[in-house]
Amino acid sequence: MKYRSQKVAYLFFALSMALLVLQIIYGFIMGFAHMGYDVLHEIIPFNAATATHKNLLVVWLLSGFMGAAYYIIPEEAEIELFSVKLAKLQFWSLALVGVASVIGFHFNWWEGRKFLEIPRPLDYLVVINVLLFLGIILKTLYSGKKRTTTAMVMVMGLVFAALLYLPGMIWFDNQTIDSFFRWWVVHLWVEGVWELIMGGILSFLLIKLTGVDREVIEKWLYVIVGLTFLSGILGTGHHFYFIGTPKYWLMIGGIFSALEPLAFLGMALFAISMYKKGEKRHPNKIAITWTLGTAIVSFVGAGLLGLAHTLPSVNIWTHGTFVTAMHGHLAFWGAYGMLIFAFISYVMPQLTGRKLYNTNLSTYAFWLSNIGMVGMTTALGAAGITQVYLERKVGMDFMDAQIAMEPHFMILIACATLFFTGVIMFIVNFLKYGTPTDQALVKN
Amino acid sequence: MLSKKQAKLFFLGGTVVFFLIFIGLSWHSLSVEVPKQTHEENLTEAVIRGKEIFDSNNCMGCHTILGEGAYYAPELTKVMERRGVGYVKAALMSKVPWAPKGRKMVAYGFSDDEANDLVEFFTWIGNMDLNGFPAEPDLKNK
Repeated sequence: MKYRSQKVAYLFFALSMALLVLQIIYGFIMGFAHMGYDVLHEIIPFNAATATHKNLLVVWLLSGFMGAAYYIIPEEAEIELFSVKLAKLQFWSLALVGVASVIGFHFNWWEGRKFLEIPRPLDYLVVINVLLFLGIILKTLYSGKKRTTTAMVMVMGLVFAALLYLPGMIWFDNQTIDSFFRWWVVHLWVEGVWELIMGGILSFLLIKLTGVDREVIEKWLYVIVGLTFLSGILGTGHHFYFIGTPKYWLMIGGIFSALEPLAFLGMALFAISMYKKGEKRHPNKIAITWTLGTAIVSFVGAGLLGLAHTLPSVNIWTHGTFVTAMHGHLAFWGAYGMLIFAFISYVMPQLTGRKLYNTNLSTYAFWLSNIGMVGMTTALGAAGITQVYLERKVGMDFMDAQIAMEPHFMILIACATLFFTGVIMFIVNFLKYGTPTDQALVKN
Repeated sequence: MLSKKQAKLFFLGGTVVFFLIFIGLSWHSLSVEVPKQTHEENLTEAVIRGKEIFDSNNCMGCHTILGEGAYYAPELTKVMERRGVGYVKAALMSKVPWAPKGRKMVAYGFSDDEANDLVEFFTWIGNMDLNGFPAEPDLKNK
């Protein structure tokens, strides 16, 4: 690391890992409930488990993005962070809002809006928190010596992400309009502005790890984020097929969301070709593995598996079934989960000065978590296809179809155990690094 | 060969153009078509109260409605057509967990008024024009 203040990123990564563990535990609760063992029903009913599972996902990813921003922006702008004290205050308030929301879910304090269950009063705290975060980042960026494309794209993603949270806070009496704007947040986040954040982080990692010229990498970054918005903005239409919105969305959503894999294909080709072009001299092989991994798995999970059910003629059958969960798991893991793992793998040696990369533990963590997640995706896909066939095509009663799906959840739990083992190994390696120290500072 | 400046122009230009198209289509959808397709004239006080109950208890955390939500409990878009008022109210007002084939619903024990509001909400949802969703099971024995 080049600046003392970059150390603050560590707190965000630690929170990120803790919340991920909790997210997976809630995933297990749901998996068992689907197998017929809803033993915690009295304390954690299914809707509390799912709200917790989904919101922890959002918060651990955001925490990871924030940590990455606190590390990247000083280094790109060539200046110390505007204020470490404020960054720490922002960290603790983020942790507080996260914990308060999760506890609230267990006491029926929420809004029944998928992914945005955080109740309105806490939404205002989220806004204050994010404004503080953006204030620190923007102040740093604009006081610095340089405003690189990498930093600008990443910050643009973060600012847009904050702005897009607002339409989700308006109350609408009409369920359709409510849902319409909920997708403005959720879709335009994950298939829009989060890809800018992803592009920025990926570009930073590739510059550091491959040694390829910044100008070349950043040129392609523009092309990729261009493709993202070209397909992703109107691609929102694939959420507007069957919710009381006009028919033209079937065509617009169909065409543009079918183009969405292009941005992810671009991301994958970008990472692979820069790696091949590079000198391959960087010793941190596991960081490179995760970086290439996120580029490739995001193309498969977010790109191809999204394409699998995005056309209206398919989606009329799969809408509201486990086919969506199948896509969701590999997409979030590939595009955003693995990205944060890649960043942590790169950054921990920089922050602590210890070189715990290329250990058996870090290698097994990569393979176990990925094999586990691919297995989970397959199990969810099998459950989804069973559900579509029995319930939607044959017209079987909901619960009869669900009982027929139970064996797939046994496999889901088995694969999730592999996945969890991999994640735990990654976290053990993370903890072995210890905390950041000024001794790891490198003079420019 | 593409220069960095051209790449930047592609990104900024494309974003602005597609965003404007998206805003235009959204405005048209919400101001012209959605009120017709959702029969907004039937959006009564009772329906709105029903939606509030539906939201504040996170019913979407188990059920889907308009195909959106979690996949633990049945799709509710056509629930009135499928089950009728009696069944739906019984499930909503039950003081013990409603548990068809063993899968438990939270025992909300709603009052008669609350259950009626939810029934109004489901009835309003059920009458929407959803472009063909949910599709008729085409392999069902007729």
